[in-house]
Amino acid sequence: MKHSTLARTVKLGISSLLLHKLRSLLTTLGVLFGTSSVIAMLAIGEGASEEAQEQIRQLGSRNVILRSVKPREDFATGGGQSVRVLSYGLTEQDLGRIAETFPSVARVVPVREIYEEVRFSDRMLNPRVMATLPVYRDVTGRVVSEGRFLSDQDEEGVANVCVLSYEAARYLFPVSSPIGEQIKIGADYYTVVGTTLDRLRQRSDLVGAGKSSAEVFIPLETGRKWYGSMQVKLRAGSREMEEVELHEIVVEVEDATQVEFVANACREMLKRNHKQSDYEIVVPLELLMRAEETKRIFNIVLGSIASISLLVGGIGIMNVMLATVTERTREIGIRRALGAKRHHIVSQFLVECVVLSVGGGLLGVALGLATPLVVEHFAQMRTIITPTAPILAFLISSGVGVLFGIYPAWRAATMDPVEALRHE
Amino acid sequence: MSEAARVPVAELIGVTREYRMGQNLVRALDDFSFTFGRGEYWAVMGSSGSGKSTLLNVLGCVDRPTSGDYKVDGVSTARLDDDELSELRSRKLGFVFQSYNLIPQLNVLENIMVPLFYQDDPPDDGEERARKLAERVGLARRLDHRPAELSGGQQQRVAIARALVNQPALVLADEATGNLDSATALEILDLFDELHAEGRTIVLVTHELDVGERAQHVLRLKDGRIESVARGQRSAAGARA
Repeated sequence: MKHSTLARTVKLGISSLLLHKLRSLLTTLGVLFGTSSVIAMLAIGEGASEEAQEQIRQLGSRNVILRSVKPREDFATGGGQSVRVLSYGLTEQDLGRIAETFPSVARVVPVREIYEEVRFSDRMLNPRVMATLPVYRDVTGRVVSEGRFLSDQDEEGVANVCVLSYEAARYLFPVSSPIGEQIKIGADYYTVVGTTLDRLRQRSDLVGAGKSSAEVFIPLETGRKWYGSMQVKLRAGSREMEEVELHEIVVEVEDATQVEFVANACREMLKRNHKQSDYEIVVPLELLMRAEETKRIFNIVLGSIASISLLVGGIGIMNVMLATVTERTREIGIRRALGAKRHHIVSQFLVECVVLSVGGGLLGVALGLATPLVVEHFAQMRTIITPTAPILAFLISSGVGVLFGIYPAWRAATMDPVEALRHE
Repeated sequence: MSEAARVPVAELIGVTREYRMGQNLVRALDDFSFTFGRGEYWAVMGSSGSGKSTLLNVLGCVDRPTSGDYKVDGVSTARLDDDELSELRSRKLGFVFQSYNLIPQLNVLENIMVPLFYQDDPPDDGEERARKLAERVGLARRLDHRPAELSGGQQQRVAIARALVNQPALVLADEATGNLDSATALEILDLFDELHAEGRTIVLVTHELDVGERAQHVLRLKDGRIESVARGQRSAAGARA
């Protein structure tokens, strides 16, 4: 009997609310938008932070990345008026020092970039051409999808071979397999020996990892032999000579706990040996930690916004319910006269509040689940809906109904039946 | 029915009810003692302010005496708490109001069943009872209508069916014909006569003389006291005559 009593109370509550459809709908809006925005924002935030973290993780959480950076003009050395030669960046010496000095460094991988176009038949591409060692693959966690990566034999034999990243392969060889084909880098021909899997699309240049994920790898020695350290960089309207020994040094540390120490030591060492600040140090682990901290702050901010919007939604419900209680004073009097106990009146109004907030909550969850899909589709942003978000949002919104329903329900229940019956 | 054979249904013992109206203390019922017996049909009459509404509220257990005791069907109400009084209302009392007071969002059948809904241990045959009563008051074909779809007379019939669904010891009617045109009022009064003939105890509050005259007995109030008691102006047997 108890069960059917509740069912009847709920049914009665719904029919009372349906008596004022528009008002009930408007009342639920506060909770609806509160709930949906929490879910949607959480999903978008989670997606963005996950993407950032994945980018960082791909750089290797045990790695410290040193990069050559073109110094600001006024510090640049050399150069005449017509053809300027810019000499800056990391050197072979830096590489040697780092490899020898720190025992906790497992491997160091030098990278030289070659500013040349890549062509295959009539297709042309401007990828990041990197001359590096075979260990680059291990250290940066690249995955070979077809063929092989650079080998020690390539290095020793100064072979004209190359490995294409997915992006580069897809552009140059849209239909056929690139393996065994000859592509042209600058003026020389290279045999494609393998391709790597695509890394996460690096839309935002969050960690300075390059704008395009089109990459071509060639053996370090081959790069050194054919291109030297002096390179001509074609810019819009000007020619620049650049002398850079190494563009990047990837330092792999034995243990993640040593990353910070190694990074600081490298910073110190480079500061001592470079007159100008022509380098930068990227520590993925630090970025990761910073990203996590950002996410934590984001969640706190989000939580506050969510509480405020649900509070506002709750106040909306309370406001309407108080008006409803006044409006239905006579009904309350009738019910009391016919034998309703106080708890019956309390549960009647509380149920109405809960129906409103749960209704709003359910609609909000639906909207909140749909919004990220729309965002993903139109804004090309990654979103992640964690299962806890809708459940939590729903529970809280229902709780809001109970919390803000208590006072109106109590007001209704404590009315004097005689007064209530007299109410016009 | 002889005085000795009367079984008390509603017994007021030295009931006083005072209200505070601003600075003044108003004594709506003043040391009021009276007994309504089983199967009797009383009209309570008096001018406004005579205390008849307060009397009805006390009889209906929606109001409590300031002092004195009131017994319904032998149960003293003086020491009952709010919940117990509510339960008493849902079991022993039936209400018929001037303005029908049906619940707008419920249909006829549901309205009739409202008092049962609030009983601690509702009967299993509630719906069957409600259907029979709807038939009894001539609304069997309107069970799923809302109050707004009914005429005043029909609404009052629903209210009467509602007042009977819990098989009350006492039916209380407050100006039950006040909002109806005279023809419809007569129909309702006929219905009360029938209920009386079936042995129901009815207390009808009215200020209309012709309504009061339809009752078996008349109790007149003035200033919270009994002004006069007129017994047996009509016999139960002659109610339909």
